[in-house]
Amino acid sequence: MNFYTDNKDLQFQLQHPLMRKIVELKENNFADNGKYDYAPANTDDALDSYGRVLEVIGDICANVIAPNAEDVDHEGPQVIDGRVKYATGTQQNHDALTQAGVYGLSLPREYGGLNFSMVPYVIAAELVSRADAGFANIWGLQDCAETIHEFATQEIKDRFLPRINKGDTCSMDLTEPDAGSDLQAVMLKATWDEPDGVWRLNGVKRFITNGDAQIKLILARSEEGSTDGRGLSCFVYDKNDGGVTVRRIENKLGIKGSPTCELVFNNAPALLVGDRKLGLIKYVMSLMNGARLGTGAQSVGLSEAAFREALKYAHERAQFGKAIVNFPAVYEMLGLIKARLQASRALLYETARFVDVYKACNLLAEKRKLTPEERAEQKEFQKQADLFTPLVKLFASEYANQNAYDALQIHGGSGFMKDYPVERLYRDARILTIYEGTSQLQVVAAIRGVSTGAYLNKIRIYEKEPVKAEHEHLRKILITMTDQYEQAVQLVLDKADKEHTDFHARRLVEMAGHIIMGYLLLRDSQNSDDFIRSAAIYITRGQAWNTERYAFIASFEIDHLSAYSVMKDAREA
Amino acid sequence: MTKPLKIVVLAKQVPDTRNVGKNAMKEDGTVNRAALPAIFNPEDLNALEQALRLKDRIPGTTVQLLTMGPGRAADIIREGLFRGADGGVLLTDRKFAGADTLATSYALMQAIRKLNPDLILAGRQAIDGDTAQVGPQVAEKLNWPQITYAEEILSCNGERIQVKRRLERGVETVSAPLPVLITVHGSAATCRSRHAKQLLKYKRAKTLSEWQDAGNNAYGSQLPDYLRITEWGVADVGGDEQQFGLSGSPTKVKKIENIVFQAKESKRLTASDVDGLIKELMSNHTIG
Repeated sequence: MNFYTDNKDLQFQLQHPLMRKIVELKENNFADNGKYDYAPANTDDALDSYGRVLEVIGDICANVIAPNAEDVDHEGPQVIDGRVKYATGTQQNHDALTQAGVYGLSLPREYGGLNFSMVPYVIAAELVSRADAGFANIWGLQDCAETIHEFATQEIKDRFLPRINKGDTCSMDLTEPDAGSDLQAVMLKATWDEPDGVWRLNGVKRFITNGDAQIKLILARSEEGSTDGRGLSCFVYDKNDGGVTVRRIENKLGIKGSPTCELVFNNAPALLVGDRKLGLIKYVMSLMNGARLGTGAQSVGLSEAAFREALKYAHERAQFGKAIVNFPAVYEMLGLIKARLQASRALLYETARFVDVYKACNLLAEKRKLTPEERAEQKEFQKQADLFTPLVKLFASEYANQNAYDALQIHGGSGFMKDYPVERLYRDARILTIYEGTSQLQVVAAIRGVSTGAYLNKIRIYEKEPVKAEHEHLRKILITMTDQYEQAVQLVLDKADKEHTDFHARRLVEMAGHIIMGYLLLRDSQNSDDFIRSAAIYITRGQAWNTERYAFIASFEIDHLSAYSVMKDAREA
Repeated sequence: MTKPLKIVVLAKQVPDTRNVGKNAMKEDGTVNRAALPAIFNPEDLNALEQALRLKDRIPGTTVQLLTMGPGRAADIIREGLFRGADGGVLLTDRKFAGADTLATSYALMQAIRKLNPDLILAGRQAIDGDTAQVGPQVAEKLNWPQITYAEEILSCNGERIQVKRRLERGVETVSAPLPVLITVHGSAATCRSRHAKQLLKYKRAKTLSEWQDAGNNAYGSQLPDYLRITEWGVADVGGDEQQFGLSGSPTKVKKIENIVFQAKESKRLTASDVDGLIKELMSNHTIG
């Protein structure tokens, strides 16, 4: 069993035409060739290396992590003397990945990494999540290294980055009891210790995933007397220096293998990352963008697992003299799961490619001056990445939940029992729409793309891509949907009422998302026959979903809001 | 500081008999190698893991793979390199062909004399022949002590080695002086996976014959050493030519029969035995 080689859709992502360009930017004329015996000599060599290493990860996922998932879910981590002890299986998973040398996949070779681009990194995250969505957090937190690499001093980079490949794990310590979605309220205090030449951190953090990590990125208030986001800075902390203890870990509904910690900081020494006061507005925003893409990958991986469990069960289970997959009510659910899975995956990798191009340009800019075309490209791709990242997080996580729900439904009563993995998937999925920014916050981030017309512009570009004659009818539906979306946006904007716009924001963002994912599935269908069924399902259903939203918006008057907003005054049920 | 060891791991490329389909056997009763994927003999991977653990423990220790087979058996050397071995030798020559266990162990012994290791590790047996003879025969020919059915190497101080053996009714801890040959049982630790950097470093490593098949007449002069897999023929290992291959093989196959198992005895199980039964059936490859 191998979770990479058994998944054609993932291999398809490495064949995207943009991948060659991404590799060439990332490898900077293959300057590392000759310097490192594992560096590629040319583009094909690099793409071959991507596939081979993903095969190693796919092997560990299928043969170590997935078989451990059930025990990890039961055993969970513990706190012993202020430290976290992983479940036995969690430790085995981590050791197997460390031993295979795959941590730090996307870090430059000088820091022990493989210098892979974002696309294979996202594929890896998806593979791990399909095996165990809870463990995907421990794997995914190596994202912190990206932030250190991008913004910290050379000294910090040299000290921390080579440790990632050797198996040191990370955590991002943002949330506090009174600062969840609203991170501007962070209170953890950072004070400069002149004699020791370090910052000292004091206070409490809560809901910190993998909170006992060796390397931490921490958001803390460095500007005394400040109350908003501009008083916050970003710090890096080394567990070897002491000063942080784990007070307790949470007892959760799902992702039980992933320790969620409450931490006490007691004069913990830390180093500043980047500039003071830019902690939240710059570094944590960048960290969160990476984490949102990571949650997207985690969600798609979980959807893949749910689809496979559901498909298998539907073929095995016989009722009324035949396998239940033969009933329209069941195969419709399976078709929808697969359509949502492939749609969210298409969006995930489209976004990962945008991130790839602009990040590779950023790195290149450190080594040489970019040409004007390269600079324009860097800006454009960054814009696209920022535009699409909230959509990825929103749709992938919501679909993971819908897919887990339907997959459990297909299992019937057995799905409700602990006997099948699907109940764990159902529980694990639930956090995905909540952490790293709730679905509601993704809408807040995405609504600008609606009101500025950025999504519409992007959709009109997709519209111009050629499709085969036999797919033309699907493109026509998407054009009709786009016109309808444009009208819906206009209807809302015409009312020029902030609360009314906020009220409909999610509907508008979802309408845009359905069209975008419809186009992405249609585009993939031009290159492979594996997507056309999902494209047909997703586009025709998408039209129905959007029509429902349009009808609601079109008939909505501002005074209808009061039926909902009365909740503000109703303190008791 | 323990003295670094030179370890040779004996490995064999075998048809994957664990997933046998309808056309696994040819009409003449021999194995249809084309229908079965060629894999690294599973217990040889257990042996490789024990070797790599010694390499992790004792700085300076090297691990070489030694395999005999057709050109494509170079895959075995590459697989070992991907997982952490330092190098390997492929014994390949028409004159080695048709060897039974005796001729095989003779060829391996000749090559081992050239490699001059302190320790030889091998799988207990291969899943094609299931003889478990080659390891012990090599030890006899070298006049070395041997430890069979090893499950774990407990310690090694450069002079002596301590090994836990897995026997039918328990375990036994024994020790032996170096040099020694050890055959490793399937209950030993599973082999580690490929290492990303080793994989990318060695993915283009080939034997000279493979480079020639790929259209290059010789190793390119710029080709770094690590991309050259050593290939030895009869002339390279020396010895008595009559003892290699078919001529050195006293085993003669008279007849091969297809045996259909028939139930002779039955077992009565209670519901609580099912887990044990599943494990038993999986371990003897009846299912799974």
